[in-house]
Amino acid sequence: MNIKQKARVEKKQGQTGSNTVKRGLAQMLKGGVIMDVVTPEQAIIAEEAGAVAVMALERVPADIRVAGGVARMSDPGMIRRIIEAVTIPVMAKCRIGHFVEAQILQSIGVDYIDESEVLTPADEMYHVNKHDFQVPFVCGCRNLGEALRRIGEGAAMIRTKGEAGTGDVVEAVRHARTVLGEIRRLQQMPNEELMTYAKEMGAPYHLVKETKELGRLPVVNFAAGGIATPADAALMMQLGVDGIFVGSGIFKSSDPAPRAKAIVEATTHYQNPEILAKVSENLGEPMVGISVGSLAENEQLATRGW
Amino acid sequence: MKIGVLSLQGDFIEHAQMLSELGVDPVAVRLPEDLRELEGLIIPGGESTTIGKLLIAFHLLEPLRKFAIQKPVWGTCAGMILLAKDVGTDQPLLSLMDIKVQRNAFGRQADSFEAYLHVPVLKNGETQPFPAVFIRAPRLISVKNDAVVIAELADGTAVAAQQGKWLATAFHPELTRDTRFHQYFLKLINV
Repeated sequence: MNIKQKARVEKKQGQTGSNTVKRGLAQMLKGGVIMDVVTPEQAIIAEEAGAVAVMALERVPADIRVAGGVARMSDPGMIRRIIEAVTIPVMAKCRIGHFVEAQILQSIGVDYIDESEVLTPADEMYHVNKHDFQVPFVCGCRNLGEALRRIGEGAAMIRTKGEAGTGDVVEAVRHARTVLGEIRRLQQMPNEELMTYAKEMGAPYHLVKETKELGRLPVVNFAAGGIATPADAALMMQLGVDGIFVGSGIFKSSDPAPRAKAIVEATTHYQNPEILAKVSENLGEPMVGISVGSLAENEQLATRGW
Repeated sequence: MKIGVLSLQGDFIEHAQMLSELGVDPVAVRLPEDLRELEGLIIPGGESTTIGKLLIAFHLLEPLRKFAIQKPVWGTCAGMILLAKDVGTDQPLLSLMDIKVQRNAFGRQADSFEAYLHVPVLKNGETQPFPAVFIRAPRLISVKNDAVVIAELADGTAVAAQQGKWLATAFHPELTRDTRFHQYFLKLINV
């Protein structure tokens, strides 16, 4: 019996697709950096720099902004080539509510699906029912209610949205502070207030209760959207997130490989300013960036999601 | 008693919490000086390539090898890969245990699974199965010298090994409520 046959036999004996294994992969990514890549070559640079996973997409968010039009799931052939190029997990994005794009991504073997506001939403009312899938999902949020709605739909990992493709960390900070601040307030609430709080923020009661008991989200929570420097990554870690997504910040900078490595090292040593200073030296120009304050509301991606 | 948990990347907090539950002080190890005064070390789950690169960047590879010659070390999943002498790919390793390991041996994330294992070395190991969580997990292809297999899947695939005071598991006891593997590691320290 060869290895593949052996594994298949065992799969029948073991349980796949459980919450434990879906959330578990996110737990293994903690303290790490997930990087947006658009080619197998970039994926290899990311892996070499120490990324814990890559997000395979056709255009990084900064270019999606410039291109305009409808942003969709990437070409499955391109994603496959990235899967073949690296040993670390590969994630890919589907549009909000586009469960067929999600089915396609699952069938080609991606390790995590990001139901992402960076792409143009396919449904203005409903997200994907993520319980239907073997493959786990990560979803964006701006506040606790949104995070718990996504977890209620089956998300096994959360990321605060920030404002993708800007290189401006201000929204990532706002969203992380909002979610983590709401959890701190929740912990102070007497139990009789939980139902009304759940109603007000539009979140499932049982998850509000669980979050209070745990003192944190029931799933891993990364920061995303606007992180461009090692200091940005460490800032988000010190605020209390579990890890970092970097989109345009690496491959839109002047020298991606050393910047990628520096952000990885800053995420590990986020509490050590001496190491942060050292890894921040001589990285060249960060991505140019757009101040979020200069964006009109309809240009902000974070407002997508319901 | 102070036990270190390598805290460069991965699920080190889960290991620290389990040690705390057992009344042990967990110490986060990020730099060589953090190894002082420790009685043992756990290398958590995570991405073995990431952890390996950070071991090199922060000059931990040699200090950890020296530490492991004297003290018990346990690696879970990525930790097992880092402890192995042979993983078939070119990546930074501690190369301590005489085990041959295959990475991502069961497939991609959709193939990650839970299974109950008989682990005779654990307390009540013969009668009470251990809940094992396999996430993009490695497996043992072979063991050499005095390394021995201590747990297998129902089909005979080897998934945990011990070599003296070194322990390696392809799965994640830290993701369960069952503390018996952690207790077994503490026993190795107290021998």
